[in-house]
Amino acid sequence: MAWNKPSIDSLKVVGKPFRKVDARAKCVGQTKFADDIVLPRMLLCKMLRSHLPHALIKSVDVSKALALPGVIAIITGKDLPIPYGILPVSQDEHALCIDKVRFIGDPVAAVAAIDEDVAFDAMNLIEVEYQPLNTISSIEEAVMIDEPRIHDYGDEGNIHKKVSLEFGDVEQGFAEADLVREDTFFYEGNTHLPMEQHAAVGHYDADKKLTLWSSTQTPHYVHRALTKVLELAASHIRVIATPNGGGFGGKSDPFNHEVVVCKLAMITGRPVKVTLTREEVFYCHRGRHPVLMKVKTGVKKDGAITGMHFQSFLDGGAYGSYGVASTFYTGALQTVTYDVPRYKFQGLRAFTNKPPCGPKRGHGTPQPRYALEVHLDKIAEALRLDPAEMRRAHLVEPNSTTANYLRIGSMGLGTCIDKVVKGSDWKNRFSGWNQTNRKLPAGKGIGIACSSYICGAGLPIYWNNMPQSGVQLRLDRQGGVCVMCGSIDIGQGSDSILAYIVAEVLGIDPFDIRVVTADTDLTPVDLGSYSSRVTLMTGNAAIQAAERARELLVVAVAEKLGVPIENLALAERRVFDVENPEVGVSFAEATVLAESKFGTIGTVGSYSPPRSPGKYKGAGVGPSPAYSYSAAVAEVDVDPETGIVVVERIWIAHDVGKSINPMLVMGQVEGSVYMGLGEILMEEMTYRRNRNVVHKFPSMLEYKSPTTMEMCDIKTYLVEDPDPNGPYGAKEVGQGPLLPVPPAVANAVYDAVGVRIDEVPITPEKVLRALKDKSRGREPRYGPDSVPTVEWPEALRVLTPAEGGDGREMPRVAVHS
Amino acid sequence: MKQKTHISFTLNGEATEIAFAPHKTLLEVLREDLALTGTKHGCELGECGTCTILVDGRAILSCLMLGLDAEGHEVKTIEGMAQGAELHPLQHTFADLGAAQCGYCSPGFLLVAEELLQKKPNPTRSEIQEALSGNLCRCTGYIKIYEAVELAAARMRGEEMELPRESVYGLE
Repeated sequence: MAWNKPSIDSLKVVGKPFRKVDARAKCVGQTKFADDIVLPRMLLCKMLRSHLPHALIKSVDVSKALALPGVIAIITGKDLPIPYGILPVSQDEHALCIDKVRFIGDPVAAVAAIDEDVAFDAMNLIEVEYQPLNTISSIEEAVMIDEPRIHDYGDEGNIHKKVSLEFGDVEQGFAEADLVREDTFFYEGNTHLPMEQHAAVGHYDADKKLTLWSSTQTPHYVHRALTKVLELAASHIRVIATPNGGGFGGKSDPFNHEVVVCKLAMITGRPVKVTLTREEVFYCHRGRHPVLMKVKTGVKKDGAITGMHFQSFLDGGAYGSYGVASTFYTGALQTVTYDVPRYKFQGLRAFTNKPPCGPKRGHGTPQPRYALEVHLDKIAEALRLDPAEMRRAHLVEPNSTTANYLRIGSMGLGTCIDKVVKGSDWKNRFSGWNQTNRKLPAGKGIGIACSSYICGAGLPIYWNNMPQSGVQLRLDRQGGVCVMCGSIDIGQGSDSILAYIVAEVLGIDPFDIRVVTADTDLTPVDLGSYSSRVTLMTGNAAIQAAERARELLVVAVAEKLGVPIENLALAERRVFDVENPEVGVSFAEATVLAESKFGTIGTVGSYSPPRSPGKYKGAGVGPSPAYSYSAAVAEVDVDPETGIVVVERIWIAHDVGKSINPMLVMGQVEGSVYMGLGEILMEEMTYRRNRNVVHKFPSMLEYKSPTTMEMCDIKTYLVEDPDPNGPYGAKEVGQGPLLPVPPAVANAVYDAVGVRIDEVPITPEKVLRALKDKSRGREPRYGPDSVPTVEWPEALRVLTPAEGGDGREMPRVAVHS
Repeated sequence: MKQKTHISFTLNGEATEIAFAPHKTLLEVLREDLALTGTKHGCELGECGTCTILVDGRAILSCLMLGLDAEGHEVKTIEGMAQGAELHPLQHTFADLGAAQCGYCSPGFLLVAEELLQKKPNPTRSEIQEALSGNLCRCTGYIKIYEAVELAAARMRGEEMELPRESVYGLE
């Protein structure tokens, strides 16, 4: 139906810094997080976890624990025999281990008792007999040692997954290059550290219907996992995601504690709550994979890339989790910032006896982005080019398709680079690779890096043809509007985005709207808060639902007023004639007219991403409706006596397409910079290898993260290059701005003191080691020298779009030498 | 059976009596026995600052204080920060600036900031950083929290302070 869509300049809500719809509740302590839920007769649950990293379970004896007064039920692995996992290809977890434990923290039994103290005492009375097995503690060990296998599935031995893809002839690219450079890097693992510990409450009611409240980012996937493991009809399970007290990817898997409280609730007929201790949160993990990387790039004298070969080795920990996707992500997005005409990727994920790794903010891409951006800095030095100008000169084209078939829409990276170069006074401060003629004082340096990120994964986690996001809108006869969506607010403001967009279309105030989200009984499916998909996908679904409601309103009002439909506008809680604005009705009257004419007013909207042109095996990871872009310049002060790196300031520009709410976009950019800063300077999940892969420091005190005293100043620029696939042109902001921060800091450290730290985090010890090597005339560098020798599968070859490829792999041909 | 202990204290301005198991921390007494779940926990070991409350006007980690030790003291939690329906200026500015993202650490930050502004109505940025250094936030990078404290401080001093445009829209 024809109606006058407001121009981008006349938007009343979108683009304005409104408060979040839940801001007041969060500031007065009214927001109910999972652990705040208390139900009558509720039991408390504790889980007994393995103290061994790899062992067979010979026996579990719960008799003493069951005899303790106040203990109501105890379950072990045999009570939950069906495996699950977030990806259909790695259903390798049991809620409680049955015959084997695979890392310190793997749960073996669960107690439900009248209070937490009794549950704790009972947990300590459970007797488990283990038979220890040799452990696999690193990527290198996993590659070399086949037995004992941590899992009885996977590509071979303790290698979970190996992939090999080649787009175009990379050797030809190297042959055409003026310079071919090869570097190795290591990015240590780190964890999300959400302030809220995971918590869940299960309740099995008198009608034998199960409800789970949980601090999860993916209620829909938890719903599916519970259906499978508990063998209940999906229609008898309700999952309500409570507001997440921080997620960052760490609450995106279906978790054993969620399954356990449901099972205990079914057995006892009473509500059961579990709240993890901080130590247990470290064992839940699913955080950043440690990744060892080798990158080889051919370039022309002006820095134009002729070919790239990227290898990554991921330490996956003890379970699959999102790991297969993570592996592909370490190789997928190298092509979406600068033009890479030929590209080869080989990736390997190892199983080790450590807490499982998974998706953390940037999922699988901060590690290769760090490697790539430091590698490009070294190339710029070798070519004596300004690293900002070199990057600026070879950007990927907007509205193009990359060598690996990712379709680029809007691309604001050039503007981002210009903003941070100007803002940081780059030209007057960068040393220009000339340490003897420095512009900044000794010890101070400046570095640049760029990046890009997806705005939602193009494909759902399980194969289906249904929308990825649904929104339902209900208008009541007194003008009330309720928007319902399966999305879950993890602090990023996804509830508010729904309200802003519906308010914009219907011409009302966002605070007139009630938002109901993340409840599988009440809200249409949205796949969850991951892959930076929520604003783009729920936003588009909300626009569709709201425009359908708007249509019903204007038809009814046009009839009443005798005004042509196309003359009607909705604004300031009125529906009125744009030619005679005094002729109109209130929004509430409009809902009465519409309900009188059409019956109860409810509309729906949904969103499915466009199909990707990539059809080869492995093409499922990387495609997205749009890509965000970021550029960052970091300024550091390095003390050569202590090796301590102080990041003084970061200039960051982020192409968000269009800010639905600039204040919230600023918050996401600043939060991403903060998290990137923590990763490059201090955060690491490390283990005592000589003591059976015990976590070194599963506590907030010893796992170092930036406090106010370490946080740097941030200068933020919001760049708006609207993407046709985004709602009002909006792209993502929650993850992308993290990506350029670690390499920008690493490059700044080199500018400051002339040492390359090719291993994240950049700790004082590493800086001192490299400075010492430099003073002795050795290579001024700290980092890995090699990667394991691996027999890779024959690369799956795909012709690039420029070569006339159709997105499919070429038939395999036997090669005889 | 466990023997409960009994204390009297002032909680958010109201005389309060409560009985609880004597080993409980004040955090547990507030959340479990008094149903004031606005006080959060992130570690229960005194490491993260999330459970901060005010005891006699001083910021205290409620996970490190026994409930018993609250006897006779004045305790203020996030639920007692607003005056009736009127938010405290800090609550307004935290809401206006998005200083509360997931909101889980916000009660602790708000109460530490309240104590700071009681002592120093016009704190510098570095004084704010130092005062808040015992509280971890994983969402905001602290920037919006600093700006919210500065804006609230100005308003509490009676100054008309407009929010810098660059805090909300970024730099030009």
